[in-house]
Amino acid sequence: MSVMDAIQERDAAQEAASPVTSVPVAKSRFGAKFALGILLPVALAAGWEIAVASGLAQGRLMPPPSRLFKTLYDLAITGELWRHIFATLARVAAGFALGTIVGTLVGALAGASRLAKDIVDPTLQGLRSVPSIAWVPLFILWLGIFEESKIALIAVGCFFPVYLGVFGAIASVDRKTVEVGRMFRLSQFQLVRRILLPAILPAYILALRQGLGLGWMFVVAAEFMGASEGLGYLLVDGQQLGKPDQILAAILTFAILGKITDGLLAAASAPLLTWQDAFAPKN
Amino acid sequence: MLNIQSVDKVYPNGTRALDRVGLNVEQGEIVAVVGGSGCGKSTLLRLVAGLDPATRGRVELDGETISAPHECVGLIFQEPRLLPWLTVAGNVGFGISHLPKAKRERIVGEVLLRVGLADYAERWPRELSGGQAQRVAIARALAPRPKVLLLDEPFSALDAFTRASLHEHVLDLWRAFKPTLVLVTHDVEEAAYLADRVVVMRPRPGRISSVFELDLKRPRDRYGPELEAAKRRILNALDQSLRERTAGDELVPAAAI
Repeated sequence: MSVMDAIQERDAAQEAASPVTSVPVAKSRFGAKFALGILLPVALAAGWEIAVASGLAQGRLMPPPSRLFKTLYDLAITGELWRHIFATLARVAAGFALGTIVGTLVGALAGASRLAKDIVDPTLQGLRSVPSIAWVPLFILWLGIFEESKIALIAVGCFFPVYLGVFGAIASVDRKTVEVGRMFRLSQFQLVRRILLPAILPAYILALRQGLGLGWMFVVAAEFMGASEGLGYLLVDGQQLGKPDQILAAILTFAILGKITDGLLAAASAPLLTWQDAFAPKN
Repeated sequence: MLNIQSVDKVYPNGTRALDRVGLNVEQGEIVAVVGGSGCGKSTLLRLVAGLDPATRGRVELDGETISAPHECVGLIFQEPRLLPWLTVAGNVGFGISHLPKAKRERIVGEVLLRVGLADYAERWPRELSGGQAQRVAIARALAPRPKVLLLDEPFSALDAFTRASLHEHVLDLWRAFKPTLVLVTHDVEEAAYLADRVVVMRPRPGRISSVFELDLKRPRDRYGPELEAAKRRILNALDQSLRERTAGDELVPAAAI
């Protein structure tokens, strides 16, 4: 048989022998992970409950979990909780959308064009150093005390991690990969769309999640500026009326919502990252 | 059809990587460029690819000056450099994305079949072995049917048997599509097995030391006497190239005593 036939036979045998390795997601493994994760908060809550119930600790400033859940339940029943959640969620969503879109565009521009970077980056790095709360009085003066100023503040908070994430990731794309694009004569725009943006996708998702986390932080600051509804409003109201259970209920709700939204973002982006050959163990 | 006209390449730090290098390559020829490290062979290839500009002189393809990557010139790098976010089929079709979908898919299928990876179209690059990845890289470079295919030590990272297998794939593709091949390699056997003509380069500064035809019919016997003779001829030429001295070269200390 010819050399070519021999080679093809060997190739076929090799392909038959090398199966695709993929890691199946074990349901039991996920359950164990969840149990471990919830262990610490549950233990602390149970411990505190017992301490207050047995009179070892005073439950006035730090209410026991049972009172906390009752407060949450009352708020939920009257529909109050949902009204506040929706208000806060809407602000976070709008600010996040605005901040990430602008952050992505400016980051991509600075990453792709040396001139743009030299013009834009020094100013942005300077602005980044401004403590976020310092923007509050300015935005109130410029945009009023209603939704616009709050959304602007949240957008500023989301902007910087996304901008830095996109820009930094583009700058660290391997030259070797970019050269593949150059050999196929991609225009600047095509280079960004077909090579740079997909290459930075993992880092970009991380930057989005960071932005989202900051968005949740900033919404509190925004709602402190004078809101009549929202979880941040519940915090201020709870402080002014001396209701620690309301404050803690709002904090708990923040934590849960933050975790849920982050989880949704991670889950939605996971299928886009199946190609990754990274160190992080899956699940 | 490929004219390299007296090119110089001097880097900003003063290194003269190429010094008056000139070469003509005929259509459909397979030329191997051999030489020790630092002789400028990869630099020369990058000039022909249009990735780096020449300091002086120029490269012409069918009369057209090459100053940037050209649609008729393809390059296979030392590493496969597959795009990890695209499947094998996505990678192979990367350079022909301007074609209508049906035609593109047909070409991708054909070329994958030729490199023996027809069943791997939907795999991810991370699932491929080194040899398989390099085969996909070859398929990707050939999908746009370039007139000239440049290969920059493409098999140096692979084991001997995989290398031999890939030599056969390259020859098979060359017979089918008849591109002009310029292969940079430090593997003398590879040069002897594949090339019609061998260009021997020497370093400091990079220039051509000798050029000669191999005059061997294909298919060549890898273990036969003709190939052994060709290998010896190339090795002698390499040896000779390193003995050449031009004004300014330092003498070997022992010889100076």
